Amino acid sequence: MSNTKKWFSLNLGNKKKEQSSSCGCGSTTGGCNSNNASAAIGEEKHKDGFDQVFDVKMDRRTAFKQLTASLMIGAGAVSTSCSVTSGDESKEKAQIDWEEQFKGNYKLMTDDEKKATVERLSRSYQLRTGKTVDISSRNAEEDVLFGYAFNISKCQGSMDCVNACVEENNQDRNSQMQYIRIHEMMDGQGFKFNEADDNYYHEVPAEGHFYMGTQCFHCDNPPCTKVCPVQATWQEEDGLVVIDYDWCIGCRYCMAACPYDGRRFNWTEPEIKEEKINKNQHYLGNRPRKKGVMEKCTFCVQRSREGQNPACVDACPTGARTFGNLLDPDSTIRWVLENKKVFRLKEELGTEPKFWYYMD
Amino acid sequence: MKRLIVFGNLVKDSLDTITRGPIKYHVWMGVLTFIMLVGIYCYSIQFEEGLGATGMTDRVSWGLYISNFTFLVGVAAAAVVLVLPTYLFKDIDFKRAVLIGEGLAVAALLMCLMFIVADMGGPDVLWHVMPGIGVFNFPDSMLTWDIIALNGYLIINISIPFYILFRHYQDKIANPKVYIPGAMISMLWAVGIHLVTAFLYQGLQARPFWNNALLGPRFLASAFAAGPALIILILGIIRAYTPFSLEDTTFKKISLVVTGAAIINLIMLLSELFKEFYLLTHHSESAYYLFFGIGDKKALLPWIWSAISMNVLGTILLTYRKTRNNFKTLFFACSILFIAIWIEKGFGLIIPGFIPGPYGKIAEYTPTGIEIGVTLGIWAMGAFIFTILARVTINIEIGRLRYKKKE
Repeated sequence: MSNTKKWFSLNLGNKKKEQSSSCGCGSTTGGCNSNNASAAIGEEKHKDGFDQVFDVKMDRRTAFKQLTASLMIGAGAVSTSCSVTSGDESKEKAQIDWEEQFKGNYKLMTDDEKKATVERLSRSYQLRTGKTVDISSRNAEEDVLFGYAFNISKCQGSMDCVNACVEENNQDRNSQMQYIRIHEMMDGQGFKFNEADDNYYHEVPAEGHFYMGTQCFHCDNPPCTKVCPVQATWQEEDGLVVIDYDWCIGCRYCMAACPYDGRRFNWTEPEIKEEKINKNQHYLGNRPRKKGVMEKCTFCVQRSREGQNPACVDACPTGARTFGNLLDPDSTIRWVLENKKVFRLKEELGTEPKFWYYMD
Repeated sequence: MKRLIVFGNLVKDSLDTITRGPIKYHVWMGVLTFIMLVGIYCYSIQFEEGLGATGMTDRVSWGLYISNFTFLVGVAAAAVVLVLPTYLFKDIDFKRAVLIGEGLAVAALLMCLMFIVADMGGPDVLWHVMPGIGVFNFPDSMLTWDIIALNGYLIINISIPFYILFRHYQDKIANPKVYIPGAMISMLWAVGIHLVTAFLYQGLQARPFWNNALLGPRFLASAFAAGPALIILILGIIRAYTPFSLEDTTFKKISLVVTGAAIINLIMLLSELFKEFYLLTHHSESAYYLFFGIGDKKALLPWIWSAISMNVLGTILLTYRKTRNNFKTLFFACSILFIAIWIEKGFGLIIPGFIPGPYGKIAEYTPTGIEIGVTLGIWAMGAFIFTILARVTINIEIGRLRYKKKE
């Protein structure tokens, strides 16, 4: 066996060592822009957005105040915040809107900055609706790499995972956006995705059919993060491919680059009834989005980083879905990988999905 | 200081020139303004409702805007066809045409940038992509390469003609030592913008229809056919309606370039068709959809077949010396070639990339009225800008616009 690396490959055994020797985003060759000095996470002196330009001596607030006079965007917010007639709350809201409009990229934020933006977002939600939300900015744990396995023999196509996902992740109800697609295929025909029905409304399991679910595979060498012109999407240290919804400019290049139909776009303003909103949120996960930005499955970052399973795994009535830490030798996911004949979709593309299929 | 005064005078004189003219000119500009206003109205609706106002969906996520953008990059790159012989080989015949060609490049590039902005989900946060205050994912993202390429080309194509016209305005001769290096860079850059734009699509392993090594070269070939074809048409109009004189040989030389590029383009088309259809694979499905339709999904059929027939007919007309040298047939051939390549390098290229989807789902795309309105508005804006640039250029070149020193 030669050691020459012809293409990118996911190596569970060396993962930890690779991480410590390369930059903080967890990828050694793929999505992380390792030659860009400003890309590393967790560097204490790190500056983002306007702070990258306006010297450290000036704190964020001062910088914004100085910018106020010269920038046209947000002029409305300024006028409200300076107005003597408007109330304290609307002033505060305007101040928050202003700071949110000109904050930096979450990927490059320090932990304090992450906390600050999360606080602003919760406060803004409170001011708007009177309800409180719990938004987390919890970072990836060390020695964790999330992976997923799907048992094709067990899936009955009930779509409980799809519904749980929509409720958990606050997707737009208007456009019926769904991260998971369940493909209904004919028995005896093999995996014929092009003839499969991924939008069925009948009783399941349908006679003579089998089911296969797809979603974002959280590739270890993701093409979508590489093509993003503003690094609004990246791979976290625990392997999750995430998006900073506030940094995304909506060019949809990542969507064109994804070979797995894993990404969704907010074509219109997303709408969810207030009482239906899941208040347990993560900045990179299920906090409500706005129109014109990308979103996708995050393996329920708000749950998985708290040690829970993603909503789809817990919702599955047949136990077809397995989720866990690939670096933990005792995890169920590792047992599946070691004892089942697993395969992945479109492996020839070199994307190294962390999502395996197997049959009993 | 003196230069500033001259510049101020140039601006004033130019404003004078572009606001005065024959009635036909006013009607033309009026119509363009009207279309632009309609476009702005359509965009305001899109801005309010989001991109849902267009026909794009999660299945086909790029449409008319990106198609037109792709095509117009080619038109912009075509200015090089005129720049190359004029500045480097000192071909006098092209000298008068080249300033028009560069004006066309500027207008086309501005249209490209407008199409990109129109396609953005968050136009208010576009500063995120500005190097310095945002995060510029260079060199990983080909889109950042494209931003550099397009803006750089825009600056080059504004500064060279500006320098020359500014000198001529003062009755001075432009110094070749100043503009020749610029012309050299412009030439390489033109090839660059088109290759980089092709790489935008070519690099994606997710879309087999684009992930094809011929895409870049074929972009170049079609650009060097469509761009100069448009220049021939514009020069024809300028010669008919203005006192700006152009030699027959200028047209003949440019038409030779168009002919060569059109033939190469056809050969490459043949090569692509052979590869897609000799042994049908799953990767040929997009091409199959484009040329024959899949099931009852055949939205692109009438477009692509009219494009191919126009392409072939135009190329044949250009290849025969008799029809090429007859101005009536030349103009006809150039117009159908231009339209054919607009279809082929526009939505004939972008939309089949998304059909079938990553898992074989075939969902068709039809642009909405709003989308078409914005597109027409941007084209009208391009024509408006070009008319202004061409009018000032022509008036300086024929000596009507000159700096008058105050006695």
